Amino acid sequence: MAVYEHDVLVVGAGLAGMRATIAADAGGANVAMITKVHPVRSHSNAAQGGINAALTSRGDDWDDHALATVKGSDYLGDQDAIEVMCSEAGDTLIELEHMGVIFNRDEEGHLGTRRFGGQEVARTFFVADITGQALLQVLYEQIVKSQARIYEEWFVTSLVMVDGQCRGVVALELMTGQLHLIKSKAVILATGGSGRVYEPSTNGLIVTGEGMAMAYRAGAALMDMEMVQYHPTTLKGNGILMTEAARGEGAYLLNSEGDRFMEKYAPNMMELASRDVVSRAVQTEINEGRGVDGCVLLDLRHLGRELIETKLSYINEVALDFVNVNLADQPVPIRPGCHYIMGGIKTDVNGATTIPGLYAAGECANVSVHGGNRLGANSLLDTIVFGRRSGHTAATYAAEAGEKAISESVINADRDFIKLLMSREPGNDSWAKIRRDMGDTMNEHVAVFRNEDGMQTAVKAILQLKERFAQLAVRDNSQVFNTSLLFTMELGFMLDVAETICVSALARKESRGAHYRTDIPERDDENWMRHILVHASPEGPSIDYLPVVITRWQPQARSY
Amino acid sequence: MQVTLAIKRFNPESDKPQPHYEEFTVDVEEHFTVLDSLIKVREEVDESLALRCSCRASICGSCAMRVEGHATLACKTKLISVMDGQSKVRIEPMTNQPVIKDLVVDMKPFWDKIRDVEPWLQPQEPEPEDEYIAPNEAMIHLTGVMGCIMCGACVSDCTVLEVDPNFLGPAALAKAYRFVGDPRDDADKHRLKELSKYTGIWDCTRCYECVEVCPKGVAPMDRIMALRDRAIAAGFDGNYGARHTEAFSDLVEHSGWLDELRMIPKTFGMFNPLSLGPLLGMIPIGLRALRRRKLPPIRHKSIPGVKNVRRIFKKVEARK
Repeated sequence: MAVYEHDVLVVGAGLAGMRATIAADAGGANVAMITKVHPVRSHSNAAQGGINAALTSRGDDWDDHALATVKGSDYLGDQDAIEVMCSEAGDTLIELEHMGVIFNRDEEGHLGTRRFGGQEVARTFFVADITGQALLQVLYEQIVKSQARIYEEWFVTSLVMVDGQCRGVVALELMTGQLHLIKSKAVILATGGSGRVYEPSTNGLIVTGEGMAMAYRAGAALMDMEMVQYHPTTLKGNGILMTEAARGEGAYLLNSEGDRFMEKYAPNMMELASRDVVSRAVQTEINEGRGVDGCVLLDLRHLGRELIETKLSYINEVALDFVNVNLADQPVPIRPGCHYIMGGIKTDVNGATTIPGLYAAGECANVSVHGGNRLGANSLLDTIVFGRRSGHTAATYAAEAGEKAISESVINADRDFIKLLMSREPGNDSWAKIRRDMGDTMNEHVAVFRNEDGMQTAVKAILQLKERFAQLAVRDNSQVFNTSLLFTMELGFMLDVAETICVSALARKESRGAHYRTDIPERDDENWMRHILVHASPEGPSIDYLPVVITRWQPQARSY
Repeated sequence: MQVTLAIKRFNPESDKPQPHYEEFTVDVEEHFTVLDSLIKVREEVDESLALRCSCRASICGSCAMRVEGHATLACKTKLISVMDGQSKVRIEPMTNQPVIKDLVVDMKPFWDKIRDVEPWLQPQEPEPEDEYIAPNEAMIHLTGVMGCIMCGACVSDCTVLEVDPNFLGPAALAKAYRFVGDPRDDADKHRLKELSKYTGIWDCTRCYECVEVCPKGVAPMDRIMALRDRAIAAGFDGNYGARHTEAFSDLVEHSGWLDELRMIPKTFGMFNPLSLGPLLGMIPIGLRALRRRKLPPIRHKSIPGVKNVRRIFKKVEARK
């Protein structure tokens, strides 16, 4: 068996993973990146609107960005972490520009801005409406330059734990079907979100949450998993994202009566209130019969063809391709859809999880800077700031970690599991059926509006799906590029993530941020300025609590 | 409605691996994309069907394949747009790239060529404290090129790569343009020099396939032509490609139409010893043309309105 060995191994090659790799490489570590898809296929490329930063050089104030983020989080974000992110945002942005990102400019050739939700000031920097893709390409360019090793189209199946430390991973090479042990003194999980636990979702089919599930299985704490963001504007039908930048540039939300209904819900910020607020408003309009065919309308007509074609060309392409709407001529039907998970693997501001040697950054992590609701354009910032910090910290840790003997038998459990999946007699069930049932369950009961009964129903349903999974066979016994095996293994991880979302949601007996309970509609600062931690135990998920870190901003009533 | 997908399959693990077509008939909705229908086959009929896909929104670049003989993104292609009244749709893996299994190809050669153009910004020093100042028009223009999602469709259908796998190809050259066209990049000369060599910008035959199949409007061929202009302007005009371009324009300016016979020595250079080979190589082609009465006239006459043609050239020159 070939032996692979590194100081730092980064799992996932989206923005957080690549930024971590670049930082670890700069820190002198022998670093490699392992990813189930080519880096530029990562889901970071679907981020559209931009990246937030308060540039102090032009008179903006990062305190103001931090306060908007704290308020956006519905006071569940840790304020020390938010201060780190917002104070480092300016340098982060300039660094990206120097690396080669072709940010749109203003008339003098300086970086241009647009407005985004939950903020009074225009401090979102952007590349048309393909900002994520533009950043992803540039970070990949830097990876090519660095010549860091990439295990491309390798799927990590478990973390290797030795004496309570994370010391590497077991991974399936898709091209050959071989399982490998990759030893590493530190491992950084940057595996992205878990949006596909829901159906429909704006997320790509690859966004299956295995990093969170793997950390959870290895004993790490997941935090605030109940906080799942529904984006207010996803396309009718297939649920593709229509960027918040549309509203940032001035688009309206209209109901069936042609009213800008946000007046009722957020009279000051209107369409640019924070996402949880807008999603609830849209869903309320639909539920109360003022929708159009299960949607409301996003109206860009008054922005004019030229602006749409230069600054919002991608969503115009998407609207034309999928619903045959030209945004300059017609409003487009949209509805809220699962988009992002604020919850994730609990880390400190340097990416360290509760397991020595294991780090996490990006959407799979929870630092926590987004708390109960993430502001638009803060996710790209999160990936770059905490990607860099985790890469740097992991490299430093690895330099002092020393050697540990690792037996090659650590791959046996995964090898046996794969054999078992392939040897079972195929019944009528399939990974696709279970995955769809899971997505439907989550979207029905743990969505924009939640209540005790619905969440209890969801927990039971997920447990039943887990039983079905325990009988599931992989029909394809091939070795080369066996996606049936891959999707089945992903599903196993997704079911764990779904379960942690449900039990965390049941545990939070209040409404805060994206977690809105119709049976307990008020925020309860007295009892619930607390994070919810969930650990794996033999009896199933076990819940724990941690107070929110407050530095300067006491909870206030939240209105937009 | 029903559709029959004729999918070109290849299983490297079978006893005698042989590409073959397999037909699947499935119920589909009118709004289905090719990808929707393939996912339906994979989920409901044959779990072993291999393809790459993720975003379903033409941004991740995973699902490029050939549909009805042309490379495209399966997620961006509505079934109804390719059915053309027929109920059968032919789906094949991309070409010019080795097939691994079914619709999955090995993109290593693709990425190797991207790597070959030094795809990272080599900016002016010293770095400014804040951002580089750059005109917005230049950035918006580059956004069109940066819109490339590296799906490989252009490489699949490139007619030059079909005969010369060494050609850098449309995607890598468009990527190179993204840096040459970037006002912040300081390595223009070096880049253009490298790109003017064999396998570079002069090997494109301008067939337009890459422009036709690109799902993101990147128009790689137009970028290659822009690189040619910049290469000549930067003084890299000592190669056949650049001389061919200049000879073409000189001859048309002189007589109003192309003098194909004089084109050859002007391109290769009459007294260049290195050109002896290529010049002699043209002789059999000339003889074949003569036999088929397709040899251009030895005495090349100017067209009647040649003065007007020259006036056009003067005007264009004046504009530069």
